[in-house]
Amino acid sequence: MAGRIDTAFAKAKAENRGSLGVFITAGDPDAATTEALLDGLVDAGVDFIELGMPFSDPMADGPAIQAASLRSLKGGMTLTATLEIARNFRQRHPDMPLVLMGYYNPIYIYGNDRFIADAVAAGVDGLIIVDLPPEEDSELCIPARDAGLNVVRLITPTSHDQRLPAILAQASGFVYYVSVTGITGMASAAATSIADAYQRIRKQTDLPIVTGFGIRTPEQAAETARLSDGAVVGSAVVDIIADGVANPSSPDAAENRAAIVRKVAAFVGELSAAIRA
Amino acid sequence: MSKTNVNTFRNQPNEAGRFGIHGGRFVAETLMPLILNVEKAYKKASADKSFQREMYYYQKHYIGRPSPLYFAERMTAHFGGAKLYLKRDELNHTGAHKINNVLGQALLAKRMGKTKIIAETGAGQHGVATATACALFNMECEVFMGAEDVERQKPNVDRMRLLGAKIHPVTSGTGTLKDAMNEALRYWVTNAETHFYIIGTAAGPHPYPQMVRDFQSVIGTEAREQIFEAEGRLPDALVACIGGGSNAIGLFYPFLDDTDVAIYGVEAAGKGLGSGLHAASLTGGTPGILHGNRTYLLQNDDGQITDAHSISAGLDYPGIGPEHSWLHDIGRVNYVSATDEEALVAFQLCARLEGIIPALEPSHALAYLSTVIGDMDSDDIVILNMCGRGDKDLGAVLPVLEKLGRM
Repeated sequence: MAGRIDTAFAKAKAENRGSLGVFITAGDPDAATTEALLDGLVDAGVDFIELGMPFSDPMADGPAIQAASLRSLKGGMTLTATLEIARNFRQRHPDMPLVLMGYYNPIYIYGNDRFIADAVAAGVDGLIIVDLPPEEDSELCIPARDAGLNVVRLITPTSHDQRLPAILAQASGFVYYVSVTGITGMASAAATSIADAYQRIRKQTDLPIVTGFGIRTPEQAAETARLSDGAVVGSAVVDIIADGVANPSSPDAAENRAAIVRKVAAFVGELSAAIRA
Repeated sequence: MSKTNVNTFRNQPNEAGRFGIHGGRFVAETLMPLILNVEKAYKKASADKSFQREMYYYQKHYIGRPSPLYFAERMTAHFGGAKLYLKRDELNHTGAHKINNVLGQALLAKRMGKTKIIAETGAGQHGVATATACALFNMECEVFMGAEDVERQKPNVDRMRLLGAKIHPVTSGTGTLKDAMNEALRYWVTNAETHFYIIGTAAGPHPYPQMVRDFQSVIGTEAREQIFEAEGRLPDALVACIGGGSNAIGLFYPFLDDTDVAIYGVEAAGKGLGSGLHAASLTGGTPGILHGNRTYLLQNDDGQITDAHSISAGLDYPGIGPEHSWLHDIGRVNYVSATDEEALVAFQLCARLEGIIPALEPSHALAYLSTVIGDMDSDDIVILNMCGRGDKDLGAVLPVLEKLGRM
C-alpha cells in the first residue's frame, strides 16, 4: 500500500507540477494556534507539512526558526504535546502527509522506542532529524524505518557523490535537498546550482527530491518546484507568525490568533497558486 | 591476579568516535563531510613525525613548555596533609592550557590548507589562544563569545582585538559559552568549505574530543615524568577543574592506567547543586545529545538544555567532554564539585600563600583540595592542574571578595 507521502507526490506529478511543503514549529506560539495553522495550510493547498519539534539549541537554524523554537518552549510546548498535535491533525486530515522535523535530543530523552511507537500511532508519516547523519543511523533511523516511518534524508551542497549512497541507503518518502551551505532562512540558492544538484542526486535515487532553505517568495517557490520535485518554505512563514505575535492586530488573543492564521493561509495560498501556475 | 593488564582505560574512542555510549558524530549533513576530512587529516598528521616535531618546536620555543611542576610548600603546610604539587600551565604563553590544543589544531588547519579559523570562547582563554596562533600563522580569526562573557572577561576581549581577531558577541540563548558554540557551528555550516573550526574543549563531534585530549595530554605526560624526577614515584591523587574538561583530560589521560592514582575532576557547583544554578553536568545532569556528541548534559525532562551557572565563564557550560562521561560511568574518575564561594575563597588563599593568582577555573580544583588532602598522609602526593592565571578575573572577583568582607 502506498503511503500518504508517495500518494501526494504522485498526485502532484500527475498534475505536472512540483509539490509544496511548508514548515511551522509546533507550539509557536501555542498548541491551539498550531492546530489552526495546520488546518489553514491544508486549505491553502500544501502537498505536505513539516511540523517542527522545538529544541532549545537548534544548531542548523537561522534566527527565525530559533526564535520560533523559543516562543514555543516558552509557551510550555513539549514533545508529548507535539505528538498530541500530530494525532489530532491526523483525525481531521486523513490524507495529508505530516513529517516531524527537529533535533535528536528531545527524542532521545523521550525514549527512541516509545517515540517511534507514539509517532506511528499518531499517524506521522516521516522524520527529519537534523543532527542524525547516516553515520548514526542505528540510533533511531533504522528502527523508525522498520516501524514504518519514512526517514527523510538531508542532502547538502557539501554531500559529495561518493557520500550519496550512504545517505540514500535508508532514505524513504522523499529526499530534502538543502540548497545552500548554511542555516535556515538566510541565503537563497542560484537556479543553476539547484538544477545541477538535482541531476547529481537524481542519478542515485528514484525518490522525489524537494528543495528547501532560503525560499521566501511565491516566485522562488515556483521556480524551485520546477527545478526539482518540490519546494519547502519555512522561515518566511514563521516570520509571519513572529510578526503577528510581536505586533498583535487585536487586543483579543483569540482574534489575534485568527488573524495570524489568516495571514499565513493567505501567503501559503500565494505559494500554492504560484506552484500551480 | 595477573600483572599483565590487558584492560586499559586508554583505548577510547572507537572508530565511530564513541567513548562507551558517549561521543559520536551528531551533526547536520552539511558538516559531516568536513568532520570526516578533519578526522582523516588528523590521523595522517598524528602518524607523521614531522608534525610531531613541528608541535614540539612550538611547544618548547613559543608556549614555553615544559611547564614547571612546583611543590606548593605553604599550601601543603596550610592543609596539613599530602604534599601538593601544582602543574604550572598558567605560565604558558597566553596564560592557560588552551594554547596546547590551539597550536595543534592550527598546525593541522595549516596542513589542510585552511587559512580562516573559527573559535568559540567562554572565559576568553581559548579565544586569546586562537587569536594568538592565528597571528603567528597568518590566519584570519573569528571568535564567537557570549555577550555576557564579553562583559565579564573584558581584558581577554581587548587582547583578542589587539591580536587581530574579529569578535562576534552572541546574544542568542543565555549569551554564554553554549550559545557561542551554537553560533560558531552555524557560522561553520555557512562557511563550510573555507573555514576550520578550532574547538576549545574536549567535546564536540568526533574527532574533536580525541584530538583535543591528545594535544592536551602533554600536561599529564610532563607531570608524570616530573613527579618521578621530584619524588621517584607516581602521585597518589590528581585534581583538576572541569567545564568541558580539556585541561582535566590532558592531565588525567597519561595516568588513567595507573589505577593506584586517585583522580578527581571538580565541576562548578555555582550557587550550590541544590539551587539549580550550577554547571555540574556529571553530578547534576543526564546523558543527551548536544553540539555533536552524546554526553552528560544539564537538561529538563523534555530534553531541552537548561542554563548552566558559574562565576567562572570557562566552566559555565551545560555539557562536558564525552570521555569524562565515560570515565564517570565506569567509575575510573571521581567527579565532585565546588561552589562559586568556595572557589573565591581558594582563589584568595592561593594568591596569599603561594603568590600565584589562579584563574577562577582552577580555583574550583583548589577549593576541593581540602576535602582530598584531609584524608591523606603527609608523605602522600597530590598534583593539581593550575590550568590558568587569574589576571582576567580580577574585575569579577574583587567586588565579590569585598562584598564578602574578605578584602
